[in-house]
Amino acid sequence: MSTAQRTRDQARPTPAGLDPARGPSEPAPRSRTARRVSGLLVLTGALCALAVLSVAVGSRAMGLGEVWDGLADPASDAYPVVTELRLPRTVLGLAAGAALGLAGALMQAMTRNPLADPGLLGVNTGAAVAVVTASYFIGSFGFLGTISFAFVGAAVAAVACYLIAGAASATPARLALAGAAVTAAGYAYVSAIQLMDAATLDQMRFWSVGSLVNAHVAPMLPVVLLIAVASAAGVLLARPLNALALGDATATGLGVDPRVLRVAGIAVITILAGTATAVCGPIVFVGLVVPHVVRSFTGPDQHWVLPYSALAGAAFLVAADVLGRVIARPGEVQVGIVCAVFGGPFFLYLVSRRKVARL
Amino acid sequence: MTASPLAAQDATIGYGRVAISEGLNVDIPEGEFTVILGPNACGKSTLLKALARMLKPSAGRVLLDGKDIHSQPTRAVARRLGLLPQSPIAPDGITVADLVARGRYPHQGILRQWSPEDERVVAEVMAATDITELAARGVDELSGGQRQRVWIAMVLAQQTPLLLLDEPTTYLDITHQIEVLDLCAKLHREGRTLVAVLHDLNQAARYATHLIAMRDGAVVAEGAPADIVTAETVREVFDLPCRIIADPESGTPLVIPSARARDLV
Repeated sequence: MSTAQRTRDQARPTPAGLDPARGPSEPAPRSRTARRVSGLLVLTGALCALAVLSVAVGSRAMGLGEVWDGLADPASDAYPVVTELRLPRTVLGLAAGAALGLAGALMQAMTRNPLADPGLLGVNTGAAVAVVTASYFIGSFGFLGTISFAFVGAAVAAVACYLIAGAASATPARLALAGAAVTAAGYAYVSAIQLMDAATLDQMRFWSVGSLVNAHVAPMLPVVLLIAVASAAGVLLARPLNALALGDATATGLGVDPRVLRVAGIAVITILAGTATAVCGPIVFVGLVVPHVVRSFTGPDQHWVLPYSALAGAAFLVAADVLGRVIARPGEVQVGIVCAVFGGPFFLYLVSRRKVARL
Repeated sequence: MTASPLAAQDATIGYGRVAISEGLNVDIPEGEFTVILGPNACGKSTLLKALARMLKPSAGRVLLDGKDIHSQPTRAVARRLGLLPQSPIAPDGITVADLVARGRYPHQGILRQWSPEDERVVAEVMAATDITELAARGVDELSGGQRQRVWIAMVLAQQTPLLLLDEPTTYLDITHQIEVLDLCAKLHREGRTLVAVLHDLNQAARYATHLIAMRDGAVVAEGAPADIVTAETVREVFDLPCRIIADPESGTPLVIPSARARDLV
């Protein structure tokens, strides 16, 4: 066997298949890598299929040919529907889903807490607090205004959590506590304002369940660009996060400064989850459930967990959005509700099957 | 006196505002197997953490190769000094080979990912720690002794001339304790400088070539075991009346606690 040809995952001194010590459940290393690569291909294929489906499905159903015309032929009937409504909605669903899946995986890796999700950094609450405050004091403002307020609120809340948790001396446990405290305080405030002011409640109602229907008025380019750049940065954290998975002390010994890594991680998570939340409203369970399913398939190596979580998050959100358009025709169910309805029970199932890996 | 690759200089170390040791001066001699010992809460693990740059002294310095350890890039330090902490965490489902491979972190970078050199080193340290046949096994299904050898292999994969081990034998039964200490002795014979915190006085006396005895955050005695393991030092450090005889196996000092009057009734 040529040493140079073997990849990182096949670095086993014993030839695969001849190892008597390997448990029956443990696949041979070569096949494990093959499984991960083929899983990635299957996932990408599913994602493409879902994207097409998301363009085709709606109050006016289209065949594949019509979808193609809608994309390519400006003269066709389908063109305005596809390019102005369904394509932006699909692109936003893919971007937000990838952002939430990756942010969840990063959050869980960074805190070594399998129940962590980006909401734990106060991102959702911060966005809600900002939107509520703005609509109470300013009154009505456009979708772009909502997005801006929500993003700033999410970022402020994440920084506040980090500072309350002790900044440089923040430990995973203190981060979780700070997040819970900020979330509780934020929701109390949001509920109070909404109870006092019916107009605010009305404006908030739609945003606060999580939806992709406003995609056509979203500033698509900045949103996609922000998420793409932050995702690239997030995936680059895989190696130090693998070291951090061995504990803060071991990571220090290996040359990772856990404090620096946490600052970088929180920055990336804030941009990812903050952008997604600002545009779509708070969507829960994607960031919590997706990384669990991914880890049970890929194992604990973040080089696989992170990209897989981004792809699976995108697929999950777009699938949920398509489903929401189909189940209550001619009306539609918001994607945030579909995610919660399917994500919640599925998470309970995972917990009861004890498939939730300790981190 | 040999040159000291690692030293604490007038170091005040502790947690938050609580100082465990003040003005501590410790030199780790090159090429020796140094064992730090002392009663519970004497500051031995705290000293090890400071030497491993996990704690920053609030006053004074820790020097690695003569330079302040906190002024050097942490990845550069990780190529000089390996650390096995007291309770490292193995992620669920990780295999032995993957865990050992994570020890290559300080030798890799964004542009320099997994290389044949990494692979050679991982195979070599797994052979050296006798875990080659466990490569594909999950770390969570191993016995305590096997797991500790895997962790030592992980630290060895860092290829550092200096190794710090925080209580490497705690939670192991006596057979595995000896196994781990024999492995440490072998690593020392191969030319590495080892520093370990141990609880067992007799094991320390048998395996160490240099002892640092601490009490109440201060160094009480240091030197070769044969010189400093005396009835007087043991009483001073541990408040334990004892006799010292020669270990019939190794000839090193063996501490025999005195029988107290009430035990003889």
